[in-house]
Amino acid sequence: MAKARGKVAFKEDLCKGCELCTTVCPVNIIEMDRTRINIKGYHPATVKEMDKCIGCANCATICPDVVITVEREMDK
Amino acid sequence: MAVVFQRTNGLTEKPFHYCPGCTHGVIHRLVGEVLEELGVLGDTIGVAPVGCSVLAYDYFNCDMHEAAHGRAPAVATGIKRVHPDKVVFTYQGDGDLASIGTAEIIHVAHRAEKITTIFVNNAIYGMTGGQMAPTTLIGQKATTSPYGRDAAHSGMPLRVSEMMATITGAVFVERVSVDTPANIRKTKKAIKKAFEIQLEGKGFGIVEILSTCPTNWGLTPTESLTWLQENMIPYYPLGNFRTPEEAK
Amino acid sequence: MAKILMKGNEAIGAAAIKAGCKYFFGYPITPQNELPEFMSRELHKVGGCFVQAESEVSAINMVYGAAGAGARVMTSSSSPGIALKQEGISYIAGAELPCVIVNISRGGPGLGGIQPAQSDYFQSTRGGGNGDYRLLVFAPASLQEAVDCTMEAFDLADYYRNPVMVIGDGMIGQMMEPIEFNEPVKRELPEKDWATVGTKGARKPNIINSLALDPAELEKHNIKLQAKYKEMEENEVRYEMYNMEDAEVVMVSYGTTARIVKNAIAALKEEGINVGLIRPITLWPFPHKAFEEIPATTKALLSVEMSMGQMIDDVKIASSGRWPVHFYGRSGGMIPTPDAIANKVKEILGGAR
Repeated sequence: MAKARGKVAFKEDLCKGCELCTTVCPVNIIEMDRTRINIKGYHPATVKEMDKCIGCANCATICPDVVITVEREMDK
Repeated sequence: MAVVFQRTNGLTEKPFHYCPGCTHGVIHRLVGEVLEELGVLGDTIGVAPVGCSVLAYDYFNCDMHEAAHGRAPAVATGIKRVHPDKVVFTYQGDGDLASIGTAEIIHVAHRAEKITTIFVNNAIYGMTGGQMAPTTLIGQKATTSPYGRDAAHSGMPLRVSEMMATITGAVFVERVSVDTPANIRKTKKAIKKAFEIQLEGKGFGIVEILSTCPTNWGLTPTESLTWLQENMIPYYPLGNFRTPEEAK
Repeated sequence: MAKILMKGNEAIGAAAIKAGCKYFFGYPITPQNELPEFMSRELHKVGGCFVQAESEVSAINMVYGAAGAGARVMTSSSSPGIALKQEGISYIAGAELPCVIVNISRGGPGLGGIQPAQSDYFQSTRGGGNGDYRLLVFAPASLQEAVDCTMEAFDLADYYRNPVMVIGDGMIGQMMEPIEFNEPVKRELPEKDWATVGTKGARKPNIINSLALDPAELEKHNIKLQAKYKEMEENEVRYEMYNMEDAEVVMVSYGTTARIVKNAIAALKEEGINVGLIRPITLWPFPHKAFEEIPATTKALLSVEMSMGQMIDDVKIASSGRWPVHFYGRSGGMIPTPDAIANKVKEILGGAR
């Protein structure tokens, strides 16, 4: 079966730390970065293990602030 | 790798002013995406309401008109009658549409204006600080229902889609929710359908979108989605109430 | 063109269409009903559109939308209906959009009556709605003047990007007089490049708006509006001065009441009493400069109104304490008689001679 590989990019300065993206990731790779605060004063969402991303775009779909861009390709 | 999700040209570059986790942002994005995908951005005039989305005119990448509280459907009627070939939509919350603007929303449908209404129902007045709305649920606490909404005192919450579906001119009525990625995709489909029906000149269309207000509900954004699922969807059932085929 | 006989309400509608009005949004209320009825018959013939709204509130907001979309648009109503329209009028003034509003007024307060009255002077000239804004207000005294004012109102609305009101009463609305349609003096009108017509992807979005959350921005907007109103005060004041030479008393009266005042002036003249008339044709801007032409013979001013005394405030401001200001008025739909007005003049002058 073809396996999808994905890559997500976060425009961190737009993130308001609402955490909704972290609840819908099927591979649980999004977490709030408690070590940093962004320009708005929130801990931004971030991805630690990008190689696990399947590019499903659930995170971008539920993000209220259009923070996330998603790329995807199918492995042969 | 191919880009499968990016910011739509249907939105301006301006960051939303909404509170963290507020689903207005999701709904704005869906409307922007639909207008872009239909290729009508340059021929669209949107009408912004009064409420949290009063500044919606800054976010949609098309001509916009800011209306008085509840009057967006009347303003949209004026625009559409002048430009029948343009796409006209209103974006309204539940205080705006289901309370002060009930006459306007009923009669825009009654006249079968070829207009699309995006109705964001979060069961509360957000902008003014969390007062009770006609859509506030029984037992739900708001700043003007501090002991929880009481049916004997304030009546039962108003089901707008069910009411609109009784009006012949409202040819498309659907209630959707933005609580999960799957429901968000369904919401986008409903919005697209509503605009397509306007483009086909079939009549008035309204999409009621169950939405959250974490700030005034006093919940986290995640808890808010759960609250919506457990409390709003049972009282405000999702689904299509009217399609053009039925409306014939 | 030969003069034609028309009913006032219909003449105003015909004048609007001649002036290029394409859209009308209204709601039934007596005594202006013939105007929306006329528009419903005629507008579609010129490629325009009439919509009967669900309320006056909606009608004025439809006007707001249509004006923002770049159209020549009008609404009409009568006193309590105009009260309902104040929300939209304030927004239209705030967003700087052109439109024409006709008030065929009636007695108040509240539901009042349907007979002629001038008790909407405050409502017309003192804002009516919220905020620091002004309307250009025409108060014609004849159907010909109503036609002329209506036709010019559309140009003025476009020129200043401001709502213009034409106010009459049931007499203006219901009576028939011979009229002709004369083109107003041509004005250079600015392009409506601000209108919501779709960006066509060729420009940034146009936004019609009256919201300014930044206090400094809102104050700046108000200062800009005031500069516009000042320009109107300088250029758009209209009034008639009648029988002013050696006048012992100068009456101030507008609209249909001014016609009755003229009869009183004729009757007084026969008795050897010389009385003048300042007839404001624009209620706002009020013709303050007319008061500079009052002759030295004048001992007092008399404001004659179909109200309990509203315009008298402006007469007092214009008189600046130079003359005592008296009042005669009837209200509720009662119309002053020439005799009663003449008697008031005699009373001011110290009784019959």
